[in-house]
Amino acid sequence: MHNRTLEIGVGVFVALGLAALLMLAMKVSNLGALSGDGGYELSARFDNIGGLKVRSPVTMAGVRIGRVLDISFDNETYEAVARFAIEPQYNRLPKDTSASIFTAGLLGEQYLGLEPGGEEDFLQAGDEIRMTQSAVVLEQIIGQFLYSKASEGEDK
Amino acid sequence: MMDLLQQLGQVGLQAFQRLGRGSLFFFQVLLGFPDLIRRFHLVVVQLWSVGVRSLLLIVVAGTFVGMVLSLQGYNTLVDFGAEESLGVLVALSLVRELGPVVSALLFAGRAGSALTAEIGLMKATEQLAGMEMMAVDPLRRIVAPRLLGGILAMPLLAALFSALGVIGGYFVGVGLLGVDDGAFWSQMQTKVDLNDDILNGVIKSVVFGVAVTWIAVFEGYDAVPTSEGVSRATTRTVVHSSLAVLCLDFVLTALMFNG
Repeated sequence: MHNRTLEIGVGVFVALGLAALLMLAMKVSNLGALSGDGGYELSARFDNIGGLKVRSPVTMAGVRIGRVLDISFDNETYEAVARFAIEPQYNRLPKDTSASIFTAGLLGEQYLGLEPGGEEDFLQAGDEIRMTQSAVVLEQIIGQFLYSKASEGEDK
Repeated sequence: MMDLLQQLGQVGLQAFQRLGRGSLFFFQVLLGFPDLIRRFHLVVVQLWSVGVRSLLLIVVAGTFVGMVLSLQGYNTLVDFGAEESLGVLVALSLVRELGPVVSALLFAGRAGSALTAEIGLMKATEQLAGMEMMAVDPLRRIVAPRLLGGILAMPLLAALFSALGVIGGYFVGVGLLGVDDGAFWSQMQTKVDLNDDILNGVIKSVVFGVAVTWIAVFEGYDAVPTSEGVSRATTRTVVHSSLAVLCLDFVLTALMFNG
């Protein structure tokens, strides 16, 4: 009888431990949100991708619909190529969808924002998004601002 | 001067001798592992004494560590208006570091010392010698199930620690301090990676489990068979395994998270 309670206790312990691992995997990490390999791939070219990283979210209308898979540099055109996966249920993105790189909040991480166009054909797996807008680099904006201020001063 | 040098050399040689004996002992015990598949009930009994009995300590410690982390993290993050990142902070620090390390330290104090005392006392009362007389290999019958039990229990305890810590952090952060519920989980889910963070945390806890249990059973088996010797061995277990956990943690962190 004692043996039985002992074994039940160990069973409960192992079950609790595995449940905790499962909870960490599903609830804490990103496994529950997106299985990763599902969905279809698209790509987009940017002059500057800023702080975009592999696994950064891809959003449309603020909802995450995919993830950045891979970022590479095109040696011919000197552009950055971002490949990203869109979840399979979102298969009605128009052909003239545009992609931009935004920042979440002032200091937040960067993400790829898609904006739908008006065409009736939909993007297929492997397509490339033509209309892109690069990441905003803070130094460039400050530089431009100072430059315009300086030229204003000359005019007076 | 020469005496001092001699003493230094003696200490060094003894340390290496112990390390060598410990390694040989470890491989001898490993040889006993295949037998344990047939006699798994021996391991179950050890899982009970090592795992189930450490449960209360781990549960309480994990919950409170998570709660404190949440409270402290909130005070810092709120200055930057980034209190939504609280979930990331709590989850990453628990899964990567605190879960495996603190539960290994508690495990060393709670289960490691008990293992050493048990085996040391068996040696002091000549039970191990008695077993050898009956042609029962104490390494296989006594030590191997304890080592395997410790190795199996450690990752489960660490996972429980981390999971309860996250839940404790959630209650303090969302329930008490008013962080947004959705942001807490969603930020956590975008930042915590299954392979990079959770799997590495589990690997860490397995390594710590091997280190702590190995030190504990070896100290017990190698103890001077007197009551004083057993008490010294028990102290050494806690000290050495805690130090081993902290040093190994640095090495593993440097290997895992340097990218």
